[in-house]
Amino acid sequence: MSDYLLLIVSAVFVNNILLVRYLGNCPFLGVSNRMDTATGMAMAVVFVTTMAATITWVVQYYVLNPLGLEYLQTIAFILVIAALVQLVEMFLQKSVPALYRSLGIFLPLITTNCAVLGVAVLVIQNEFGFLDMLLFSFASAVGYGVALILLTGIRERLAISAIPVHFRGTSLGLISAGLIALGFLGFVGMVH
Amino acid sequence: MSVAKEFTKGLWKEVPPFRLVLGLCPTLAVTTAAENGLGMGMATTFVLVCSNVIVSLLRKVIPGKVRIAAFIVVIASFVVIVELMMQAYFYPLYKILGIFIPLIVVNCIILGRAEAFASKNTVIPSIADGLGMGLGFTFSLTFLGGIREIFGNGTLFGHAIMGASFQPFSVLLKAPGAFVCLGLILGAMNLISARK
Repeated sequence: MSDYLLLIVSAVFVNNILLVRYLGNCPFLGVSNRMDTATGMAMAVVFVTTMAATITWVVQYYVLNPLGLEYLQTIAFILVIAALVQLVEMFLQKSVPALYRSLGIFLPLITTNCAVLGVAVLVIQNEFGFLDMLLFSFASAVGYGVALILLTGIRERLAISAIPVHFRGTSLGLISAGLIALGFLGFVGMVH
Repeated sequence: MSVAKEFTKGLWKEVPPFRLVLGLCPTLAVTTAAENGLGMGMATTFVLVCSNVIVSLLRKVIPGKVRIAAFIVVIASFVVIVELMMQAYFYPLYKILGIFIPLIVVNCIILGRAEAFASKNTVIPSIADGLGMGLGFTFSLTFLGGIREIFGNGTLFGHAIMGASFQPFSVLLKAPGAFVCLGLILGAMNLISARK
């Protein structure tokens, strides 16, 4: 039990995929201007990451490894993710339109989010079992959401403050992210 | 635009990742040293130019609805080639770049150029565009890596630059330093462009 707790805490805080592992930065700057877009993106990432990690785990251990095709990992994984996102979009549009509307345009955007492919590859690198993989992918995505929402809250406040002209926007967003990352650096050493 | 213009725009006016804010993940992650930035930039340039060529050659053949998936397959194939070549010939660099080599496939720059340029232009301009953007990206990565390495480690390309009594500003080598450095450089570039 404590192993699982350790895994979760490590994935959410100590090795936060956005602020420590640098995954998922491109969309992060685009959506962290407003809280509603940020929460939409966070939910979409949690959803897609967990499902993608599960399916790619199965593909790796039941298709690629037995057939000796490990070198095709990148192609196979990205195709799985692209297909998965497409299917999920179509499914949600038909059966849970409220969720589909709240996720908005972020669902197709997630195909190129390095966080999803990154977590899938990390799971294989760490050689997780099925349950560990589920917890790790879910917790990593939750960590992404936590970091994203923290940053959005700060950027919303900063948007109405007096900032030098040339540093507004992306530049300031990155510097703020850096200072929050400094905070997350304090978690290092919590899990040895 | 002439071919030369296509090439030079990627070097300053639309240089990724500073002016064309794409491809941030590898920028932040691998620029702990100038050499790593250089290696990643060259790998990305290779994939960018090759995929631009193929996408441009096939632009009349790929149906509109599946074009993103088709681009991704093309890009992924070249990423696998780069992965295997690096594993064979540049193993230390391969270990350092780690997970970010397969992540070249979702580098927004490559997909972005395929979608915005190569799918609408002939082969020679596409090569120029890819080469320009790729080299601009390489310069940016090497520059950022150089700064972080000089102040965070006291070395440049592995050679000691600062004196023996220099205390490295080691937070620059970690995540916070990456974000703050990139943010400051972006701000500085905005300043320079506004002055011109």
